[in-house]
Amino acid sequence: MSSIAYSSALDSSPPAGEALYGRMATAGLDTSHGAILYLDDISVSFDGFKALNSLSLSIDVGELRCVIGPNGAGKTTMMDVITGKTRPDAGTAFFGQTIDLTRLSEAQIAQAGIGRKFQKPTIFEQHTVFENLELAMKADKRVRRTLFARLSSEERDRIASMLARVGLAGAADRSAGLLSHGQKQWLEIGMLLMQEPKLLLLDEPVAGMSDEETERTAELFLSLAGRHSLVVVEHDMAFIARIARKVTVLHEGSVLAEGPHEQVQADPKVIEVYLGR
Amino acid sequence: MTRLFSPRGWIALVAFAAALLLVVPVLALAVPESSALHLSQYWVGLCGKFLCYAIVALAMDLVWGYAGILSLGHGLFFALGGYAMGMYLMRQIGLDGVYHSHLPDFMVFLDWKAYPWYWSFSEHFWYCAALVVLVPGLLAYVFGWFAFRSRIKGVYFAIITQALTYAALLLFFRNDTGFGGNNGFTDFKRILGIPIATPQMRVALFMLSAAALLGTLLLARWLVSSKFGRVLAAIRDAEQRVMFCGYNTEHYKLFVFTLSAVLCGIAGALYVPQVGIINPSEMSPANSIEIAIWVAVGGRGTLVGALLGAFAVNGAKSFFTQAFPEIWLYFLGLLFVLVTLFLPQGVVGALRLLRRPAAA
Repeated sequence: MSSIAYSSALDSSPPAGEALYGRMATAGLDTSHGAILYLDDISVSFDGFKALNSLSLSIDVGELRCVIGPNGAGKTTMMDVITGKTRPDAGTAFFGQTIDLTRLSEAQIAQAGIGRKFQKPTIFEQHTVFENLELAMKADKRVRRTLFARLSSEERDRIASMLARVGLAGAADRSAGLLSHGQKQWLEIGMLLMQEPKLLLLDEPVAGMSDEETERTAELFLSLAGRHSLVVVEHDMAFIARIARKVTVLHEGSVLAEGPHEQVQADPKVIEVYLGR
Repeated sequence: MTRLFSPRGWIALVAFAAALLLVVPVLALAVPESSALHLSQYWVGLCGKFLCYAIVALAMDLVWGYAGILSLGHGLFFALGGYAMGMYLMRQIGLDGVYHSHLPDFMVFLDWKAYPWYWSFSEHFWYCAALVVLVPGLLAYVFGWFAFRSRIKGVYFAIITQALTYAALLLFFRNDTGFGGNNGFTDFKRILGIPIATPQMRVALFMLSAAALLGTLLLARWLVSSKFGRVLAAIRDAEQRVMFCGYNTEHYKLFVFTLSAVLCGIAGALYVPQVGIINPSEMSPANSIEIAIWVAVGGRGTLVGALLGAFAVNGAKSFFTQAFPEIWLYFLGLLFVLVTLFLPQGVVGALRLLRRPAAA
């Protein structure tokens, strides 16, 4: 309801199949083969420990993918590779058909349309809730433009509707550091959405949320799927069951199993390494 | 959000400007020396020095208080601005030096026959004024480019800035460097052909420093209340999140670090003609640490705290080094420990805490 202004801004992406080779995704992303993210044969090791071991994964446009796996399976490292924080030792990572993620900086990847939520809510605690959304909002983020940037009334409206959408309309002028843990999680999700990303990576988004907040988060994610592609890493199996369509299980840095939630849950290999314990 | 100052802030600013630009000149020049209200040359010079320090404190607050980059090498940028101005002032001595040569006395002493190439054009005021801005700015840009690109942060950044200023100190100590060795530049006679040691010139330099300080304050205030300032503070608090929002944080840090160095250079250039000397001791690591102490005492990330801290700590320094010279450094150390322990937000932070419960 309050997302009307927001969704119309999102729908300005070019029609599917229109090739835009060589252009940054701020203009449009080439997803002509139906996938938005390809990881192929990615390996990362830290001091001999193989955090990712020939990991291959692809995410379709508009998909909501859940990634699960025991601690140390490489879930966070995978997100680090996708967002440019960690460079893989081997393998390729492509966003759409044309954007090589292993060659871009964190900021360029964010500009290209990948948003990331950290495990621990990471917001600007000293800034107000409104300012948090303002800083995240999609804009020309170079120094010169930022120096002279002024909020237009249309931008204010977008922030206001996002505040309503993440349930923080009454807290706009409050310091973000004063929010409850669940509210911080929501603010961070709101910041991600202000970036208008095409792909959202969400690392344990419902950790520390109440049941009601978790339920609202599930509804939000389900409503986002289709317009955005989402990759959700979670430990909360009830939450996974609520939102999951396709689930990928990581184990020791590579994909152990992949498929519909029920099928993965019944897989003996998965039960052995993860669910059975 | 878009307002530069609150109404009360504007009143305070105008009062501060009037005190500096009207009251001090009148008390120093128009009030007769016999009057109790007369401001002696000593006080004009001392306050002028403090104004230059206050500019440095504001510059430091921009990088440390807002962007979270603790630089312990800002004394170097200040000194480089001072040396650039000093070169011009040395050329203005003309033939009035001890050896009555067209070369500065220290070059005659070294038996040099001509100015080295890097002294070319230093007889032109505008050339040296450009150096005041360009030398610290360029050094900060190049140094910052490497440091921020390599993601050097926090205490590591602080340590290499200390090393940088110490290396410069050793370089400037050498006579062969051509900047007067450990004596530096002194015995200035004129600036723009006008004698430098007159009451009128002192007041003029004081007023210039005051104008520079007010300009710096307005610029800094504009920066920190813009979206740019909010990005800086966000980098200080959660740099990763800023990067994942799509901001290239290296560019932001490099911009504010370079700007800060330029402001320090301008402060140094105003400082040197007022104190009449510039030597490598200005580059000593301890000097740069003192700058950080001014800001810490006043309160980081507030601008007004940096001003207060610069005036208060330097006022205390002037008092102690005259009255009890041997205990000044103990006092400074004690002050830093006490502020760190009991006033982590500095004086301004403590005042805010006092006011908040009262207002509630």
